[in-house]
Amino acid sequence: MKRNDSIRVWTGNDACAEGAIAAGVNFFAGYPITPASEISEVLARRLPEEGRTFVQMEDEIASLSSVVGASFTGMKAMTATSGPGFSLMQENLGFAIEAEIPCVIVDVQRVGPASGVATHPSQGDIMQARWGTHGDHPIIALAPYSVRETYDLTIRAVNLAEKYRSPVLLLSDAVIGHMSENMVVPASDEIEIINRTKPKVSPEEYKPYLAVGGEVPPMASYGDGYIWHTTGIIHDETGFPCTSNPNMIDFQVRRLHDKIAFNRDDIVTVDMRQMDDAEIAVVAMGSVARSAVKAVKMARDRGIKAGLIRLVTIWPFPDEEIIQYTSQLKAFVVPELNLGQIQGQLRQTVEGRTKIVGVNRIDSKLITPEQILESIQNEVKA
Amino acid sequence: MREYYEFRFSGSGGQGIMLMGQILSEAAGAYEMKNVVQTRSYGPEARGGACRSEVIISQDPIDYLEVSKPNFLLALNQEAFDKYLWDLQENGTVVIDPDLVTVDPERVKGFNVFPVPVTAIAKNQVGMPVTANVVALGVMCSVTGVVSRKALESAVLAAAPNGTEKTNLKALAEGYKAASGFNLDQ
Repeated sequence: MKRNDSIRVWTGNDACAEGAIAAGVNFFAGYPITPASEISEVLARRLPEEGRTFVQMEDEIASLSSVVGASFTGMKAMTATSGPGFSLMQENLGFAIEAEIPCVIVDVQRVGPASGVATHPSQGDIMQARWGTHGDHPIIALAPYSVRETYDLTIRAVNLAEKYRSPVLLLSDAVIGHMSENMVVPASDEIEIINRTKPKVSPEEYKPYLAVGGEVPPMASYGDGYIWHTTGIIHDETGFPCTSNPNMIDFQVRRLHDKIAFNRDDIVTVDMRQMDDAEIAVVAMGSVARSAVKAVKMARDRGIKAGLIRLVTIWPFPDEEIIQYTSQLKAFVVPELNLGQIQGQLRQTVEGRTKIVGVNRIDSKLITPEQILESIQNEVKA
Repeated sequence: MREYYEFRFSGSGGQGIMLMGQILSEAAGAYEMKNVVQTRSYGPEARGGACRSEVIISQDPIDYLEVSKPNFLLALNQEAFDKYLWDLQENGTVVIDPDLVTVDPERVKGFNVFPVPVTAIAKNQVGMPVTANVVALGVMCSVTGVVSRKALESAVLAAAPNGTEKTNLKALAEGYKAASGFNLDQ
């Protein structure tokens, strides 16, 4: 019997690796860690097959260092890790944000804190993704809820990194990373590829950080003949420190934020389901969103007007998309595999206008549809 | 009701439990174009001990990712049988290897229990003990009919290491043969 060759039964980690290949990633450096190791394993085989580069580094600090270095030379660079490794990457992540170096960090979340529970899922890195590295900085983070979406969002992460000269985080989890699912692999002509903008001016005229408002400064590759300075110290448009110029410091840090904030409509994706008449909205992401889809169907079967707000983009937070529903809702129900990280952000967004209740698990198990349904039913009665 | 199956394969690390799930997922997903989700549990971060592989097969998109009321349980060691029987669906099917698992009749009331010595069959009839998982796949698919034999054969062949194709097909055939006397009373 012939198999349907457009269909693959892949794990989320397989799909991430293949998505990276499709996105044009040509440099991967990583250090193995459960539950992310398979991304490295697949790419250690696939990248050399494609004539591209895979390096296993001595730790996660070096992994992101080499990824940032590779990106300076024009490569599309990526690494993959889990919570403990993501902690080690925070310093270089901050550097990449400030120096505006495109790169993708995949975090297949496992139970924390510290070494936690290696083989079980968590969504405990939501706030580490937002604020793990120090200082006021913007960040982009995406969260897939299926194997196919892991493929698509890996490509999108690479594209957004290139487009906005910024690190982009892909927040998977141990369930999504390790489960297999059937998926249709899109043809290469169906896949949009974005490459960073290169300077149009001569090397003599080039200023690596010259931009205003929501603009993204063009980035020359090392080796292209453009000699430019960079640093993690707050710098002006030339890339040299401006630490004795308060106005310039203020301008440059705000410019970093504006670069993401002005373009948030291009970056933010939310999957809304049955929200038009909803009285209860379930806000969920990643593996938990699958339980939430089921819970909303179960609630509708019982005549309850429930809807789903599935966060595909986690950071920047989809506040505008959510606020429009605050007046029609009795409550938000927020299931997550942590003690309320999304819930906390949602409270900031909603500012007390609507009741918010959490459904939280940190015992290494996935939240069930029944648990979410129970919470929905309680809020209908309340 | 539209087709929806939950399978749980369990045993010790090294018995090919994960591969069983993978082959079934491939047969259902890539040959019969059904929706599949396979999840895995390795026990405490090490080989040996109880491990399990779970497969959901459905005509409709699969929402919740975990098996909650399995229709079918395969247990290839005692620990797995003791640990994974509890949430089996009423009238559910249990296949055990009687050389490895002792069944307390009280515990399996209301279930269909099919003892098949898959390890001995793999050793004696097939001549390759590591094919016990493929024998078990044959039993499972014969009993449930969840995928066609053709699809399963193709998926087994695709997964078989070079030079073992005939042996694996033989193992699968032995599984179907061993299950031929079983009937589901549901």
